Amino acid sequence: MPRPHLYLLATLACAFGLSHFSDRMDPYFLDVLTGIGINVILAVSLNLVNGYTGQFSLGHAGFMSVGAYLAAAVSVFLGPRLLGESGGTTLQQGTLFLAALITGGCAAALAGLAVGVPSLRLKGDYLALVTLGFGEIIRVIFQNFEPLGGALGLNGIPAYTTIFWVLALVGLTVFVVTCLVNSTYGRGFLATHDDEIASEAVGLNTTRYKIVAFVIGAFFAGTAGGLYGHFKMTITPTGFDFTKSIEIVVMVILGGMGNTLGVILAAILLTLLPELLRPIAEYRMIIYSLMLIVLMLARPQGLFNFKFGKAKL
Amino acid sequence: MIAPRLQVLRYLRFVKNAGFWFAAALAATPCASVATAAAAPEPEPIKIGVYASLTGKEAVWGQSAEKATRLAVDDVNAAGGVLGRPILAIIEDNQSKPGESVTAVRKLISRDKVIAILGEASSGRSLEAAPICQQARIPMISGGSNPKVTQVGNFIFRTHFIDPFQGTVMSRFAREKLGAQRLALLTEVTNAYAVGLAKYFSADAAAHQTPILVDQKYSAGERDFKAQLTAIKAANVDALFVPGYYTEAGLIVAQARELGLNLPVLGGDGWEGPQLLAIGGLALRDTYYCNNFSSESDVPETRRFIARYQARFQSMPGGTAADAYDAVLMLTDAIKRAGSTEPEKIRAALATTRGLRGVGGPLNVDANRDQLKPAYILGYNSGDYHLVQVIQP
Amino acid sequence: MSEFLQQLLNGLSLGAIYALIALGYTMVYGVLRFINFAHSDVFMVGAFIGYYLGKLVPEGTLWGGLLVLSGAMIGCALLGIFIERVVYRPLRHGPTLNVLITAIGVSLLLEYTGQIVFGAAPRTFPQIFPTANYHVGSLTISSNQVFVIGVAILLMIALQLIVFKTKIGTAMRAVSLNPKAAQLVGVNNNVVISFTFGLGSALAAAGGILYAMNYPSIDPLMGVMPGLKAFVAAILGGIGNIPGAALGGLLLGTVETFIGGSQFSTYKDAIAFAILIVILLFKPAGLLGKFTIEKV
Repeated sequence: MPRPHLYLLATLACAFGLSHFSDRMDPYFLDVLTGIGINVILAVSLNLVNGYTGQFSLGHAGFMSVGAYLAAAVSVFLGPRLLGESGGTTLQQGTLFLAALITGGCAAALAGLAVGVPSLRLKGDYLALVTLGFGEIIRVIFQNFEPLGGALGLNGIPAYTTIFWVLALVGLTVFVVTCLVNSTYGRGFLATHDDEIASEAVGLNTTRYKIVAFVIGAFFAGTAGGLYGHFKMTITPTGFDFTKSIEIVVMVILGGMGNTLGVILAAILLTLLPELLRPIAEYRMIIYSLMLIVLMLARPQGLFNFKFGKAKL
Repeated sequence: MIAPRLQVLRYLRFVKNAGFWFAAALAATPCASVATAAAAPEPEPIKIGVYASLTGKEAVWGQSAEKATRLAVDDVNAAGGVLGRPILAIIEDNQSKPGESVTAVRKLISRDKVIAILGEASSGRSLEAAPICQQARIPMISGGSNPKVTQVGNFIFRTHFIDPFQGTVMSRFAREKLGAQRLALLTEVTNAYAVGLAKYFSADAAAHQTPILVDQKYSAGERDFKAQLTAIKAANVDALFVPGYYTEAGLIVAQARELGLNLPVLGGDGWEGPQLLAIGGLALRDTYYCNNFSSESDVPETRRFIARYQARFQSMPGGTAADAYDAVLMLTDAIKRAGSTEPEKIRAALATTRGLRGVGGPLNVDANRDQLKPAYILGYNSGDYHLVQVIQP
Repeated sequence: MSEFLQQLLNGLSLGAIYALIALGYTMVYGVLRFINFAHSDVFMVGAFIGYYLGKLVPEGTLWGGLLVLSGAMIGCALLGIFIERVVYRPLRHGPTLNVLITAIGVSLLLEYTGQIVFGAAPRTFPQIFPTANYHVGSLTISSNQVFVIGVAILLMIALQLIVFKTKIGTAMRAVSLNPKAAQLVGVNNNVVISFTFGLGSALAAAGGILYAMNYPSIDPLMGVMPGLKAFVAAILGGIGNIPGAALGGLLLGTVETFIGGSQFSTYKDAIAFAILIVILLFKPAGLLGKFTIEKV
């Protein structure tokens, strides 16, 4: 993507523009758009870990939940104290929300570090299962952590997520990930993916690349989680389980691992599909799973992958 | 091998076509809903939104509520509708999943422009939807029992009794009827309803010097409770309270009996379910649970409801069905008294509901927008549950 | 003391079921070097086949129960062979990640199709074998528990015999050591792999029936957690190692039961995963396995 800075500015301008017209738009349409944005952030952040760096992580929803809970904690517990009775002006609320999102993202990044470091030595199937295990452990911890609602979850989160925030963060995430991967430093991710032993042999610290991928991926997953929490206004530990991780993984695979544009398109498609298929919602997961199987058998490089040649993963 | 450039062109054409259909589908969706609205016959029906768990783990209750809702809507329309207009129930499924009720209710309010929301039987999912309805200033009538649901705001009402009442009822029953001094608790921690009910039961037990001696927990979907039950057995208690759902309650009782734990086991209205008898079997002797509905009640409205439900759906209605039917009743009564379909006026009318004869008991909305309804305690006897006691609020 | 013994018995009975499922994982991994995510759903299908067969035979008879058990085992063996043939075989020579993703797809497909076909609400599994409760002191032993442990041991011994004393077992071991070399000496890899899948799936079905006997409430998602835990058990014992899977299963079942009876019972699920992480970090070959160096 040439001149990613221009795309970022364009997205921010869009975000700003849309947010001015948002009260005139259909709220349901805005809802769907918000959902799409959150899923794009999740998919792109996972793509960095799974696609570009080749670390098959099945616990991404765990990072999302850390971000969601911590961001919500800031809004729900610190908010009233900082904003006072009236709830503060829009600017104050916006600043609080930004602080909450950053907190959520950083907390998730720490979790990413905690998960990434032990998982380094593992490959393929083992890594997938350990990340799944970590995701489940995070879920169980939140389920037992009473101050944040425990098993019943946290409700009463203020609805700070607007279309502006969502689009702005989508732009930021895509910008950061794309710039990172296309930079000289970022080639290390691709090298780690292609052949770890060869990369080590030429002096790349694959360990560091893997950890960085996890941490950055987790950071953005955390911000997506923060957006999600302030969108649905209620979060429960079971909403961030293995099934959610799988949904994000399907987006990455559908889009083509290591293909940001494809992943964005896949995220859009897979968020719209349940809404369009509302009448047959119970068949949605069947369609997803069939899609996974057929995709792997027929087109393993993903549906929206424009690269040619042998399908490499 | 086709030349790469040709492949590119072919692919781009495919994307263009796919993209076109995609965009068309996207654009068509709002058109579809507009079209159906335009085709509606005169007089224009009053639209009410219903969200329920039609599929997924708790589909049993969602489907039961949906059937009762449809029965109620048909009954109301057969009697001439409300304010001269028929009512139309638009039903959305939340798949028993957390987070889905939010989307479902938002769609009902903003897309379908409903004037009120009915649902859900689950306190947890009602808590998700309530803030949306409150913010949109659309009245909501829930079938849940956790007090927090109506505390969300003055637009949230309910048809069910609340857990502080239920917990106290069962605690008193254990203490006075069964003479139990030493109590144990086995709670499903992943369930808002169970946790709430457990809290109120414990509070009442502690206030009457029969505190909970053993407090064990489990998560939804667990099958093996022998570990927790063995710990309970070692504590030598007189009675066990299991405020969860019938899916686990049946297994818990069966395993308790297998371990030789032959004490009375008590439950709340979550025990009502078709498979309870099948799963528990004969192990269910000496168990009691509290419900908002009893098929043996002699209230005429209840008997009529049971007869009509059975005739139409060939199955016995339960408390969830009664709540759903009563929600429609309560809403239409409020609309009639308000004389309008404006949500604000309906809300005011709902708040003053008094003496409405519902199929699950009298409907009286109190200051907290909750119900003061009697509780029915059912006990297992010769193969089925029978009414043991009726407790008035 | 009696509480300890009772919990131990509970744990062994649960562990025996995990061991049966773990055997399937370990066998498939040993031969194909990949984790069959769909295994836990074959377990579920076995339980449901047992449910429908159980309706056809009278309750509580020994021959009826054995009929249901064998019926489910055969049914799932066929299902396993079918899945391997249609979905995994075309991907056998591709990157293992593809097969892993496909396995996840098959697993989800089985679960959600099950929800449509069987309904998501739990069903009650019939009593297919005669039951009784024995009291030894203050210890209560249910005949189902004894049956589970007994059948699990029998099946494990049978499996050991098959793997070490039969021709096809030797072929399985050959393929697991080096598939190309095995082909060179005349082993038909396809047949061996199909057989492995069939055998593993039959064991999963047996696990499903035994599980359903002890916990008579079955639903389409019942396989997820036991499957994951059995997988942890397989790794704990050393993946690819049959006695290891048995040992891992029993250990995990027992630890889980003791945690479940303590005040940390809600951390039960996390314990299994914590064990997985600890094992993979410190002894990736498992308790009984051998570590192989990865060659370039």
